[in-house]
Amino acid sequence: MVDLRVNLSGLWLDNPIIPASGAFGYGAEFAQLYDLDILGSFSFKGTTREPRFGNPTPRIAECDEGMLNAVGLQNPGIDAVLTEELPRIGRYFHKPVIANIGGFSIEEFRDCCAKIDTAEQVGLIEVNISCPNLHAGGLNFSATPQGAAAVTRAVRQVTKKPIYIKLSPNVTDIAAVARACEAEGADGISLINTLLGMRIDIRRRRPVLANETGGLSGPAIFPVALRMVWQVSQAVKIPVIGIGGIDSAEKVVEMMMAGASAVEIGAANLVDPYICPRIIRELPELLSGLGVERIRDLTGAAWKNKL
Amino acid sequence: MQRQGVYTIRENHPLAREIFRMVLMGDTEAITAPGQFVNIRVEGCYLRRPISVADWDGESITLIYKVVGQGTRRLSRMQPGEKLDLLVGLGNGYDLDCCGSAPVLLGGGVGAPPLFGLAKRLCRRGIIPTVLLGFGSAEEVFGEREFAALGCRVLIATADGSRGKKGFATDLLADLETGYDYFYTCGPEGMLRAVYDACGCDGQLSFEERMGCGFGACMGCSCRTKYGTKRICKDGPVLKKEEVVW
Repeated sequence: MVDLRVNLSGLWLDNPIIPASGAFGYGAEFAQLYDLDILGSFSFKGTTREPRFGNPTPRIAECDEGMLNAVGLQNPGIDAVLTEELPRIGRYFHKPVIANIGGFSIEEFRDCCAKIDTAEQVGLIEVNISCPNLHAGGLNFSATPQGAAAVTRAVRQVTKKPIYIKLSPNVTDIAAVARACEAEGADGISLINTLLGMRIDIRRRRPVLANETGGLSGPAIFPVALRMVWQVSQAVKIPVIGIGGIDSAEKVVEMMMAGASAVEIGAANLVDPYICPRIIRELPELLSGLGVERIRDLTGAAWKNKL
Repeated sequence: MQRQGVYTIRENHPLAREIFRMVLMGDTEAITAPGQFVNIRVEGCYLRRPISVADWDGESITLIYKVVGQGTRRLSRMQPGEKLDLLVGLGNGYDLDCCGSAPVLLGGGVGAPPLFGLAKRLCRRGIIPTVLLGFGSAEEVFGEREFAALGCRVLIATADGSRGKKGFATDLLADLETGYDYFYTCGPEGMLRAVYDACGCDGQLSFEERMGCGFGACMGCSCRTKYGTKRICKDGPVLKKEEVVW
């Protein structure tokens, strides 16, 4: 019997599989398809202080082995999430949930985290300082160690729940940004958010996305995510949630061997809504074949075996 | 409620220029209304391809689609016997309960197919709609015979005048001898706007948008309505006239 449990800053998950923020809404659509309690947890839609419509459409484009989105943090706002979405989540999900919090200013991050701190079902707060689709901010905070540190410091003061800072891959030195978060009291790091990209419609001679640029996700970004998880997990002592292009049990194992303590699965949910249950089903056999008894032993398993 | 399944192609052949008709065999229980769509996984494409359901019965789904890019091009080359992974029963579909006594159906290009499933079900209720179809040119015209076989009066317009009246589907409204008290439409957004402006009565419009998932999870296809933000894929694609914000 393979032990799939993993630990994130004291929070035990039955398995390391977590649908990623932005690909899973607040869970309701998937709760119609399968029992969400089989998941480790899920990270709900990035939530800001005010309700947001997001960017104009079209805000989805496709590429080889991936997609671009420029949704721009559409969400009903933190108050509606507390009064409507979380009570609804409680009806179809009976484990701690991950609250993904977005923002445009340090004050907004702090206010949202202070509010979500009161929500009993929230087991972990994922602070998204890296949305690439917000002109007014977001990305700026994860672009430098100083920016990331400032947000971490502010949210650390308002909650005792574990705080994971979700970082952007669109930086020169990802390890430096992660270390800055750790120094300010972050409990963990989530990475990567999407890579900034674009497509052009050659017949209309204009960008496909109304926002012009968008965030690239899907299998195309897996090697980039893996490399950054590898670098960051060896640069900090806090856990790392590996995100980016995972769509199979094999890639879960690979991401954990690179240093992830758990993984999030994003775009793959959109093309195969049953991807998470399938991966959870396939993991035990894969791990048995690899001679692994506890999946958490895989975290960083590849560090010591460098050629 | 949506369902995922593997479907076997029974037919896949051209109907008009770049227009194909595909019949798929498999479970259709998830389809509850005309105007819903399926989302098809196409080999070599990352995102699924949303295609409206033209018609269905207990064991088959008929799709009529236009080749507009690499995904639909690949679909058009598939052969009977090959299999496809579909999400079915997506979207709200048309509401048949407020159709008035003399509805008019306006379709533009590949906006016509979902109106066929709608017309068939209206006819079963004893309500025979009038059908106005607009196309680019004569070689793109399809569906006239099928609608007529249901007993519908069908008028055709083409933008270049090579078949039927020169103009758009909305230009055919002036040719109706009898009145209409409700409309259903599907087509490009410019056409939907023209129908909205031309028809004084209430009606329903089926919208199109680039989608990520097709089942309401990714917020890729959101639009503003008088009743708040809606997702074209989940809360639509059909919106009532009264809620549309242009």
